[in-house]
Formats: sequence, structure tokens, C-alpha cells
Amino acid sequence: MKPAPFAYARARSLEHAIELLGESEARVLAGGQSLMATLNMRLSSPHLLVDINHIHGLSEITRRGAAVEIGALVRHAQAENSELIRREAPLIARALPHVGHPAIRNRGTVCGSVAFADPAAELPACLLALGGEVEMAGANGRRVVKADEFFRGLFETALEPSEVLTAIRVPAATPDTRVGFAEFSRRLGDYAIAGLAACARAYPNGLGDVRLAFFGLGVTPVRARLAETALTGTLDEERVATAVAALEQDLTPHDDVQASGKLKKHLAGVLLRRVIQQLAEPL
Amino acid sequence: MRVHTQDIALTVNGETVRHTVDARKSLVDFVRDDLFLTGSHVGCEHGVCGACTMRVNGVTVRGCLMLAAQCDGARVETIEGVSDSGELSDLQRAFEQRNALQCGFCTPGMLLTAQELFAGNGAPTREQIREYLSGNYCRCTGYHAIVDAVETVAKQRNAQK
Repeated sequence: MKPAPFAYARARSLEHAIELLGESEARVLAGGQSLMATLNMRLSSPHLLVDINHIHGLSEITRRGAAVEIGALVRHAQAENSELIRREAPLIARALPHVGHPAIRNRGTVCGSVAFADPAAELPACLLALGGEVEMAGANGRRVVKADEFFRGLFETALEPSEVLTAIRVPAATPDTRVGFAEFSRRLGDYAIAGLAACARAYPNGLGDVRLAFFGLGVTPVRARLAETALTGTLDEERVATAVAALEQDLTPHDDVQASGKLKKHLAGVLLRRVIQQLAEPL
Repeated sequence: MRVHTQDIALTVNGETVRHTVDARKSLVDFVRDDLFLTGSHVGCEHGVCGACTMRVNGVTVRGCLMLAAQCDGARVETIEGVSDSGELSDLQRAFEQRNALQCGFCTPGMLLTAQELFAGNGAPTREQIREYLSGNYCRCTGYHAIVDAVETVAKQRNAQK
């Protein structure tokens, strides 16, 4: 279908974008790879699109202290080809080939995936697994929200309609960082039926700081906190079995067009076993 | 009162084009309806099928998920331009010889996507070819012939290097 009529404005600067977003029913247009699809299907009909693609300074991937910062206009393809991402944000590097298809990754942005917050999308789960943070700018200045507080509900985040998501930051990997990523989808690049992004730290006595973020299994990416606790320590079959069993309480997936809740829960256990194998290996 | 149109100037297949477009008009509708370049096809209109694949500033995009209004100053290439330049004539020949197209609706998108694969990976495996083409639907061939044609051209081009 064709989208309902809207006006278009090209923001000259971040301040200009925020000013434009002060109007009612305005939406930010960055990569547009989710937004345009929802407009074409008339699931949404904003009055104004604020194109931020020409704002300078938002296309950088940089090391900031102990974190890797990804600017609002960094395309998926740019991140996929980034040596810094490969080296210091390996979980994101593993997830990116699963995000959409090449032509979509050429336009779509990492931050756009986070802002859109599709519950079956890979990158919101990666941000949550890494314990990252989101930076936003609005009329009252900038603020930062932790990933654990950012995802609120179905397509609902801490981002206000009048704000621009300016960057995400994730802790840079260190030699003791362990990551794992796996998902099931009908076709490579489609939204996942079920997926898991995981991060942990290797200690002399086994794994610690385990963070498991499942996607496609709830209205937001979901942490499996009981399974996280169960995996702390030396990995053996008993611990793995306990963690998989804990998913029964951690996750309450509903049926959707792709799979029943029961199947999704089964797949979550399969994913967890696969990801644990990755967590056992140094980067 | 905000206007719902946008003046744009861009190059399409090397020619400078100036137009006033509706803000909501997609890039693929613009090249088809206003420029009469109908090689890029409109399929699903939400980014799933890949029939509208074209190049903007050198990389493939979904023509249905980008606005014409966003293309002010851009360099757009459609299958017409890429075909005329001869850049992928060997790929077109291989598609024909291997019967890698039947109705042809997906073919422009398949060709442009395969060409982009070669640019980044000169010797793709069959698995890598399938992965790279995963965003382009074909409802006729069952894909095997397409993968065969792409693989054949990858080998030919490597032999010529």
C-alpha cells in the first residue's frame, strides 16, 4: 500500500530536529527500514517526518572510555564492516548478519533498531545483554537511560516522541568477556521466531555476570534472571540442565503467527544450550 | 502550514533529474511513474520481497523503503542504467542460459544484489550466495537455477582475473 500523506522536513542540526519534533504527530526518519514499512501498511500515520540523515556528527563508531559508542546514523552495514565493532563489541558483530537483508542493512541504523524496539529484533536484545545505555536529546537537554529501563512494553520505550535517540553505548569487550548469539528464523534476515543474545565474564572459578536476553519471546527483549543465576560458576551438565529448566519460570511466551508459545519455550531451551557452548569459548 | 511536496535534484543512471515530488512518494514509485523506468518492480511495498532493489550512492536499497524526497543530491542507479553500462551483462547471460528467470519479476533485484555480493566477496560459496540473496523472493524458479547462474559467473570472473 501507499502511506497516508505526510509532510517532510530535513533537519539541519540536532537542535533543529528537536524543534521540529515539538509539532504534534511528528516522527524521526533515520534509516526508515521499519518506519517506512509501517507507514506503507498504514499502521501509523504521522503528520510530519523529520529526516535526520543530514545532521553531522551522528555517523561515528567511537571508543569512549570503557564503552563503544554507536551514533544515531551508523548503518547496520557500517557497523558490520567496522573493525572496532568486531573487536570490542563482538556480540553486536555476531548479531548483525541476522538483521534484515543486505539492502536493508545498507540503509537501516543500529540506533533505529533500538528505538523501534521490535520485540523480535536482535539489536535491542544485544543492548540489554551487554548492559548498555541509550542517550537521548530533547528540548530539556540530554539524558541517558540504562538498557534495563529502556524497553517498557510492546514497541514502547523510554524515548519520548519529542526526543531524538542520539547514540547507544555498550561496555567494550575485555579478554575475560564471553558472548553468545543464536536465533531461529524462517529465512535468514527475517524477524526471529526466538533468539538469544548473551554476555558473561570468565572468572577463574567459572562464569559470572551472566546476562541472557531472549527476543521473540515477550513484548520486549526479556532477561532470564533465574537461568542467569543458575549458570554462575563452573559449567557442567548439571548447571546447564538447571539453567534450561529455569526458563520455565523466566519466560512466558505467547502464541504468535510464527509459533505457539509452547514451541517458543522449547526453542528457548535449545538456544540456551547452543549459546552456553559459545560462552565457554574465549573470543 | 507544512508543505507535502519536495523539490529534488538527483542523478538517475548518470542523468541529472529535477522534479517536485509528493513527500510520501517512494523512490521506486518515483522512478517508475515519473521517470518511466519500469525495470524496478513494486512487490510487497514493505521491504520483504526485494523486487524494488536499486542502488543509491553505490549500494543496494529497497526502493519502497526510501522516499524520493530523501534522494535530493543522491546518485541513483536502476537496472536500466546498470544493464546499459554492460556491468553485469555476463550475469544476465548466465541467468538466461541457466533459465534462472521465468516471469522475470524478481530478476532486476536478483541481478543487482548478486552484483553487490561479488563486489564484497569475489569467490562466494553456494551457501554465501543463498545468504546474500535471502532478501529477494522468487516465486518461479525455486532458487536453484539462480544460485547456479550466480556461482557460474563468480567462477568465470575469477578465471578472468
